[in-house]
Amino acid sequence: MNSHLAVPKTYKLYIGGAFPRSESGRTFEVADRKGRFLANAAKASRKDARDAVVAARAAVAGWSSATAYNRGQVLYRIAELLEGRREQFVAELRAAGGLTQSKANQEVDAAIDVWIWYAGWADKYLQVVGNGNAVSGPYFNISTPEPTGVVAIIAPQGELAAGGGLLGLASVLAPVLVSGNTAVLVANEAAPLPAISLAEVLATSDVPGGVVNILTGSAAEIAPWLASHSDVNGLDLAGAGELEWVDLQISAAETLKRVLPPETGVPAPSIERIRFFTETKTVWHTKAII
Amino acid sequence: MSFLEYAPAPESRSILNLRKEYGLFIDGQFVEGHGKQFTTISPADESPIARIASANAQDVDLAVSAARRAYDKTWSKLSGRDRGKYLFRIARLVQERTRELAVAESLDNGKPIKESRDVDVPLVAAWFFYYAGWADKLDYAGLGPAPKPLGVAAQVIPWNFPLLMLAWKIAPALACGNTVVLKPAETTPLSALLFADILQQADLPPGVVNIITGAGDTGSALVNHAGVDKVAFTGSTAVGRAIARSTAGTGKKITLELGGKAANIVFDDAPLDQAVEGIVNGIFFNQGHVCCAGSRLLVQENIHDEVIDRLKSRLSTLRLGDPLDKNTDIGAINSREQLDRIRTLSEVGEAEGATRWSSDCAIPDKGFWFAPTIFTGVETSHRIAREEIFGPVLSVLTFRTPAEAIAKANNTPYGLSAGIWSDKGSRILGVADRLRAGVVWANTFNRFDPASPFGGYKESGYGREGGRHGLGAYLESSWGQFGKGVLTRAASEPKGSRSGTGEIAAAKKTSSRSASGQKRGSKKAVAR
Repeated sequence: MNSHLAVPKTYKLYIGGAFPRSESGRTFEVADRKGRFLANAAKASRKDARDAVVAARAAVAGWSSATAYNRGQVLYRIAELLEGRREQFVAELRAAGGLTQSKANQEVDAAIDVWIWYAGWADKYLQVVGNGNAVSGPYFNISTPEPTGVVAIIAPQGELAAGGGLLGLASVLAPVLVSGNTAVLVANEAAPLPAISLAEVLATSDVPGGVVNILTGSAAEIAPWLASHSDVNGLDLAGAGELEWVDLQISAAETLKRVLPPETGVPAPSIERIRFFTETKTVWHTKAII
Repeated sequence: MSFLEYAPAPESRSILNLRKEYGLFIDGQFVEGHGKQFTTISPADESPIARIASANAQDVDLAVSAARRAYDKTWSKLSGRDRGKYLFRIARLVQERTRELAVAESLDNGKPIKESRDVDVPLVAAWFFYYAGWADKLDYAGLGPAPKPLGVAAQVIPWNFPLLMLAWKIAPALACGNTVVLKPAETTPLSALLFADILQQADLPPGVVNIITGAGDTGSALVNHAGVDKVAFTGSTAVGRAIARSTAGTGKKITLELGGKAANIVFDDAPLDQAVEGIVNGIFFNQGHVCCAGSRLLVQENIHDEVIDRLKSRLSTLRLGDPLDKNTDIGAINSREQLDRIRTLSEVGEAEGATRWSSDCAIPDKGFWFAPTIFTGVETSHRIAREEIFGPVLSVLTFRTPAEAIAKANNTPYGLSAGIWSDKGSRILGVADRLRAGVVWANTFNRFDPASPFGGYKESGYGREGGRHGLGAYLESSWGQFGKGVLTRAASEPKGSRSGTGEIAAAKKTSSRSASGQKRGSKKAVAR
């Protein structure tokens, strides 16, 4: 009776709302902590990175002009679906990262809470970081933050047990998305599978295609192409501490990208992470003198 | 005598009491520099004004050390209230010496006295007055409770608004509790050196503000000095890019206010008299030496001819000449180098097929001058539509629909400012939303105020100056987790007087850097 043979999942990239294999045809073997085979993940190439940037750029107009209420609900929906798929993520964290049942549950809890924390900021951060300005003259003058555009992110790397999975992904993706940026994320090289499982959540949670694009493979190989890409506006080096990240920052200087330096561990929730990938626009308008 | 001719009305230079030569202002006093002295001249007649010291690497080190000592021993220990009082004093002293500063500025920079007198210097006083009031209210800056100053700020400023850029840099830095080493531009050091005298009158503690003069190599030595925690630069995108590269990985906080190629969009329902004044103010204010100048006029096709006729008629009434004359509208180009660049790009404009019109005004025999110029028939691919000319040259393009105007306005790597002229409020707000620019002026242009944040999108730089946002450039937010656990590239030498404190690197690890990386420093450090 108990003869069901498991159907393993094929892990692919996530670009423009679709799940393509790498155009290079390359894969790399992902193993659990004991070295047992888990999957052949797609090994993204320079071309895949560029395709991801094109998809991210195309998604900026729609996502950044969605209402803040709408973006907040979309981020909240990601948390809802994570809750619904809790068993799957707990099982994956246990299998791939060797987490205990309770540790895996805590990781999922923490990730859900981070998504919800940022979701709530969508229609509030503008009120906190923008303001009206008392200029000396008959002018209406207001400063508001707007999304920077396309942000490339190096996700936290390393052990899943140390936040290299769902929590790390939420902590870097949510603050970039909430203001209306779109993202190209380079997944945790050592443990890329949760990022692709998260992509399945994103694909079914009202996040428009192209708003988040996820690349698995060699971070050291992909990151330089994103750092030097002229259509990338921001670079979050959160998980790039083990890469030649100073070189990445130097490449990024060519088009004056906004660059967040590497962090040790998982970045804590902070409105500064939202603010960092926004641009302040100040509008002056004359007032009639009545 | 036509209605345009007036008797000369020059502002007297007798209010100035200039020295023959100026040293570097370090640790509260003027000292000799160890670089090669240079002469600052009046661009209006090329006459020498004074001999100016040049700071070499050793002088830069002295200035940064003085700033570090002042930070450690005095300024960081002073209450916000008292820091504010010093800034209020400076604001008042600037007001008291307004005329003198305006004359010095017009003499050294070439800008009309009516601009230095009515715009630059009053804004300088306003800037100090505004930030003075912030010094004891930083808890309300929106950066969390008790935000911390950064330390020593290296500030490098351009020649187009010498004293105003000094105020934009020094006022917020000091209000937030930082100390400063500032380098004015090579061609316009005079007003900054007079400002040093104001600092002495204000009895500002020695070393809190240091002013060092010199050329690009002085600026480079300053921003790359290991004892500097913060770099604020206003100038060209090329230099801004170099700064972003050379400071990568150092953990220095950077703000850059760089070039622009602003679109000034005129819709067919705009109040045309006001729009024409706004276009003129947008590109011919300060001889077009303005990073946010409205250098690309996007005019709706059906009113193109009328707008151009009115513009030419208006430009024909502008008076070009002696910057110190109170009737002068257009002053001198700041330097021969800049004049050459304007001429070159104008020649390229003609060669690429645009139609040139220049105001028929008499050009003085000596000095650097360029008549107000309009190019019509400009296409988006022309260099004069893409590159910053930084002179009194307007490139005119046309559009038919708001969507086309927006697309053309955003078709530039820059994103500093933009203008919109229309009588329709909803259209203005809709277009303003979609322009990728840090400052949008609607039915006005080139307005500045200390309460209003200023700064760019894209390759016009990052960070904001002015307003509450301007404080963020000089404080570490207590809400921000990055900056705490972040990695920084190990400095090649200890920071200033804090040598040996282990401040920079709590733990170090060797990384396998490339050969080019080795030159920049082969270690990464984890600062906890």
